[in-house]
Amino acid sequence: MIFVTIGTQIPFDRLIETLDRIAPELDEEIYAQALRGKYKPKHFKLIDFIEPDEFEKVFIQARLIVAHAGMGTILSALRNSKPLIIFPRIASLGEHRNDHQRSTALKIKEKKYAYVATDEQELRELLHKDLQPLKKIGEFASERLIKSLEDFIDFNV
Amino acid sequence: MKKIIAVASIGGHWIQLLRIAQPMAEHYEMVYVSTHPKCATMVEGQKFFQTADFSRSDAWKLIPSFFKAIKTIRQEKPDAIITTGAAPGLVYLLAGKLLGRKTIWIDSIANVNHLSLSGRIAAIFVSRVYTQWQHLSTEKINYAGDIFE
Repeated sequence: MIFVTIGTQIPFDRLIETLDRIAPELDEEIYAQALRGKYKPKHFKLIDFIEPDEFEKVFIQARLIVAHAGMGTILSALRNSKPLIIFPRIASLGEHRNDHQRSTALKIKEKKYAYVATDEQELRELLHKDLQPLKKIGEFASERLIKSLEDFIDFNV
Repeated sequence: MKKIIAVASIGGHWIQLLRIAQPMAEHYEMVYVSTHPKCATMVEGQKFFQTADFSRSDAWKLIPSFFKAIKTIRQEKPDAIITTGAAPGLVYLLAGKLLGRKTIWIDSIANVNHLSLSGRIAAIFVSRVYTQWQHLSTEKINYAGDIFE
């Protein structure tokens, strides 16, 4: 199953519509969580909110994740060793308040944490491949960050 | 044992917070605050409070949230308050500052080009601000790694 998730704040019709065009070419179920926009997909199920514990379950069942450049999803994919395709939102198309998703996507690609697609053709190519997870991360933040916080809380340094 | 209130909105902010707060639970009593009741299931056995979610478009909600934060901080008496954002976390830091608590803002790793607006506001009054990108660190803005590994 391919799990598509784009957060709960702003719809992302461009991604849903693009996926709906590619879906008939794929021999795999697509399940999408997206705040409803104007476009209704014909080839897969879309629900607008999944509660956090259910979200975790769907995530674990999925073979591949397709998402906007939201950090929560990127982290979940890395933690669960799921291959992830990021399709960043573009502010000038009204998909977000600012263009931080494009910057995030660039950095994520640079650090090889996930695959990134910016248009239909790139997304189609990635969806037709047997993608493998790029990296696995541990359960917690860097020890250095935790130590720095604890030193500041305990000793003010 | 010192006590810490850890605040974040549901989504990426919350996931980032857990990656920081969970290992800290070895040394501190943690109290969690988030914007969705279901977040409580991810910190079972630990104290959890819900706070309203809001952004710039419904900013009036920060007023009742602020008074609720004051009440929670008075009741829990934490040594420090940490948040990874967004706006509801900023409200907790402001309440914590007024009540003389240590306040820490950790800017989301999603902010690659510059600190978030909430982070820049936090930088004016909080005890310490962290960025998760080395190129954004300054004398006032600390960098000590990120929530990835």
